Amino acid sequence: MSRKRRTPDPAFVLAVLAVLATVAIVAFMTLGARGNWDFVLAFRGRKLLALILVAYAISVSTVLFQTVTGNRILTPSIMGFDALFALIQTVLIFVLGSAAVSALDPRPLFAFEAAVMTTFCVLLYRWLFSGATRSLHLMLLVGIVFGVFFRSFSNFLQRIIDPNEFVVLQDRLFASFNTVDTSLLGLSAGTIAIASLVGWRMRHTFDVLALGRETAINLGVDHRRTVTIILLLVAVLVSVSTALVGPVTFFGLLVANLAYMVMPTHRHAWLLPASALIAITCLVGGQVILEHVFGFATALSIIIEFVGGIVFILLILKGAAR
Amino acid sequence: MIEIRDLVKAYDDSIVVDGVSLQIAAGGVTSIIGPNGAGKSTLLSMVSRLVAMDRGSVTVDGLDVTTTPGDVLARRLSVLRQDNHITTRLTVRDLVAFGRYPYSKGRPTVEDARHIDGALSFLDLGDLADRFLDELSGGQRQRAFVAMVLCQDTDYMLFDEPLNNLDIRHAVSMMRLLRRAARELGKTVVVVLHDINVASCFCDHIVAMKAARIAAQGTPEEIIEQTILSDIYEVPIRVHEIDGQRITTYYR
Repeated sequence: MSRKRRTPDPAFVLAVLAVLATVAIVAFMTLGARGNWDFVLAFRGRKLLALILVAYAISVSTVLFQTVTGNRILTPSIMGFDALFALIQTVLIFVLGSAAVSALDPRPLFAFEAAVMTTFCVLLYRWLFSGATRSLHLMLLVGIVFGVFFRSFSNFLQRIIDPNEFVVLQDRLFASFNTVDTSLLGLSAGTIAIASLVGWRMRHTFDVLALGRETAINLGVDHRRTVTIILLLVAVLVSVSTALVGPVTFFGLLVANLAYMVMPTHRHAWLLPASALIAITCLVGGQVILEHVFGFATALSIIIEFVGGIVFILLILKGAAR
Repeated sequence: MIEIRDLVKAYDDSIVVDGVSLQIAAGGVTSIIGPNGAGKSTLLSMVSRLVAMDRGSVTVDGLDVTTTPGDVLARRLSVLRQDNHITTRLTVRDLVAFGRYPYSKGRPTVEDARHIDGALSFLDLGDLADRFLDELSGGQRQRAFVAMVLCQDTDYMLFDEPLNNLDIRHAVSMMRLLRRAARELGKTVVVVLHDINVASCFCDHIVAMKAARIAAQGTPEEIIEQTILSDIYEVPIRVHEIDGQRITTYYR
């Protein structure tokens, strides 16, 4: 067992990831650009910013969620977050009609969606942790059941809605990186910046929390409070990414596990930036490939879900073999 | 001194700890023994604030465990549970270094490094320091966790069945180690044990629990005694004096 431990420096790995992300970004901004650069850069810049924000929000929220749950094949979507998003959209169009919803200012709508999703998360959490049973797994199960409920209720409304309205709704619910709602960029960036600031101050606590509830309490972490804050951060980040592009299930799982694989450390101060950079590389790079190789013949989310789904199955098989 | 007053814990209808009052003096090794379901682990969990109590209070050197901030208490009292499952891939040194978190909050100092090296050598883990936890045997991993708790450098150290999954050699060395921590480092060690012979041979004080209450407590000479033990475990237990140690047999 005298296997030499090959430990690459985390800073080196992070630098490589940063270079990859930069290459993807440069390729996205310049490849096949014709005509006026001012227009090209401004047009692509907005799209790029949206992709980066989404990549960042999904990767960070997934890593944090996996730290809280102590499980590496869970993603926030298991708590029914994106199902709730779909339900909100469906109810809005069902009640107000697509014309009225399209006419709404997207910013207050976004704030409303984020507020509902965050409230849902806090209620679920408070309710489950105030009783005698304070089990994270019970909370996840309840989250899954709620997710199914939200999805079924959305489906029910979609069955009885006007077919023309349904087409509009379906368009809104598909994760699409081409039709990003750019009017939300400023608000999203601000929200993410605040969430990141809160998270960065707690980065050492995340490391301790990954050891499990009992060990974390033994080491003096206020477990209940910390988990509440992290779930709030996750809810906010998920709201941002779903509001910008719609639900993406497997992407977070993919990038979080890639980050665990390449980063030779358990420290969130390294893991979180690494996962964000991997996410940016995948999303922006994927968009480049989509635009220039497939010629927009498919949607990026389909490719991501396909690759992410395969990784998910591999992880489960690996876990079963262990 | 750990002072437990009228502690109660119930899950739905079953009372797990029923009005337990107990004082555990500072220094030495105290063991908590008793049959399954007697409430030993729950008692230990409430003392170490892992489980909330329904009624009563616990103070550690005058600090109430429910109201004292977690990080203050983490410098006075540490606890190690039986099953420690960690999803992250950590080396032994990483794990032991976490013991310094209550002091350094993630920014280790030179002082912390000294404590980490001290704990590693106290548990004879120097050669394994850079190995990953999932590459170790059960006994080695157990020792790594004990090193983390030792690195926390608290006056009170609580262990819930630390001998689980350990073979005879490792169980004996673990108990020797806990006794050394008490004798040489002046720690107060509290262990939940299943093996009454281990309690008899290694502990300074024994607390016996039965049916959510304390059945008896005292020195090994007082507790390792035929009628008391037979009554607690509800099987005939015989006590023999062998090489100056009180050994129990209960296989017939």
